[in-house]
Amino acid sequence: MKYAVGGRPVFSGLDMEILRGKVTAVMGPSGTGKTTLLRLITGQVSASSGSIKVAGQDLAKLRRAQLYELRQRMGMLFQNGALLTDLSVFENVAFPLREHTNLPERLIRQLVLTKLQAVGLRGAAFLSPNELSGGMVRRVALARAIVMDPEILIYDEPFVGLDPISMGVILRLIRRLNDVLGLTSIVVSHDVKEISSVADAVFLLSGGKVVARGTPSEMRANSSETVRQFVGGLPDGPVHFHYPAADYFGELLAADEAP
Amino acid sequence: MKLFKELGANSVEAVEGLGAIVRFLLRLVVYTPRALLRFDLIIQQIYNSGALSLVIIMLSGLFVGMVLGLQGYQLLERFGSEASLGTAAAIGLVKELGPVVTALLFAGRAGTALAAELGLMRATDQLSAMEMMAVDPIRRVVVPRFLGGVLTMPLLAAIFSLIGIYGAQLVGVQLMGVDAGSFWSQMQAGVSPSDVTEGIVKSCIFGVACSLIAVYEGYYATATAEGVGRATTRTVVTSAVVILFLDYLLTAMFL
Repeated sequence: MKYAVGGRPVFSGLDMEILRGKVTAVMGPSGTGKTTLLRLITGQVSASSGSIKVAGQDLAKLRRAQLYELRQRMGMLFQNGALLTDLSVFENVAFPLREHTNLPERLIRQLVLTKLQAVGLRGAAFLSPNELSGGMVRRVALARAIVMDPEILIYDEPFVGLDPISMGVILRLIRRLNDVLGLTSIVVSHDVKEISSVADAVFLLSGGKVVARGTPSEMRANSSETVRQFVGGLPDGPVHFHYPAADYFGELLAADEAP
Repeated sequence: MKLFKELGANSVEAVEGLGAIVRFLLRLVVYTPRALLRFDLIIQQIYNSGALSLVIIMLSGLFVGMVLGLQGYQLLERFGSEASLGTAAAIGLVKELGPVVTALLFAGRAGTALAAELGLMRATDQLSAMEMMAVDPIRRVVVPRFLGGVLTMPLLAAIFSLIGIYGAQLVGVQLMGVDAGSFWSQMQAGVSPSDVTEGIVKSCIFGVACSLIAVYEGYYATATAEGVGRATTRTVVTSAVVILFLDYLLTAMFL
């Protein structure tokens, strides 16, 4: 699969297979297009060439209504939660149910409360999103993502800006929800240690390609320089510390001559 | 040569922009029948852009009417026809000032709020989140806001004119001593139903224009703080120019 934005290729020949029922981690340095990959998988943008198949359906061949139908089988957790700020926590979680079903109010209430209980926030049901901490926002968003009982759950950087406790909570939830609800989970992250502890398979992206794939232990044993730099958190390596620039001394001296 | 090139590029851009906004309007119109089925969403928007604008509309209406009463009295007194003050004020308000000033205030109060709200929803991924939940944000968020604005504007304009006439009466009759009987009876005789229709048509069209510009700018705002700021500014500026331009066209049409 290839994808380019404004002529600048983001992915040049990406080939990935995500297994049903597993937690798959997608890692890579910032700017490698991990979030773009999620947008491609969910059909928010379409590939320039090649194909993306989700649950056996080729996204490029779907009409809008079919794409929406497919999306009802997916849940997505956004980086910042993306809760609807004009609705309460309860109404946020109830939102997909109200939009897509005609369930009686009593049943909606029960469904929402069970999902909130699953993420430990039943007590916060009637708070407004701006009264929640970052970790709580993400848990509410998670409850909202699973309220329609999706088959695929996608997490976009679920750990960014979380304290260790919230991070541990989210990690446990990812694993537990995957196993208990029989989901397929895709987690985009660059928190190597954290994600390695829950993932079944890991893909490492760099420069628009998959540079390594395997189980977390295989990744740790991988001797390729890119993988070692990323997993070990080394500042310089195949991914350079410096953004491409003109010669350092040349530029410093030129600054002297400038008015 | 460079000037012509730039001029050409700008015109092409302007036409493209107009095309985009018209296409957006058509999309909103297509969704309207289904949106009307969920009237509770629209009612909430009528509250947001209508009820919350009431105070500023009523205050402005009162002052505009009072100024009209004062100026009109000064002018008409020169010709000894101050009894016609009621007619003059009513026609001025119903046909012209009511719709135009209401639309300008609406763009400043409700239009900017709409644009900023939608822009922030875009910036905080709320619109993408809706799409991911298989909910079309245009249908769920944009159309109710648009329709709320469209339905609100004529009502606000009517309230503006009403309060304005009261303001003119306050100054003309209570302060300047125009006879109350001739003030009201001349107004009744002088204002024809077609004057009122003109005001209603104008306010309806301004309602569509203001709401459309606000939701369009907000929905397509760049997802940054600067982008949202620019969207609100453009909402006010574009709305003001479009309202005054349309006002001229409509006035000419009704002659």
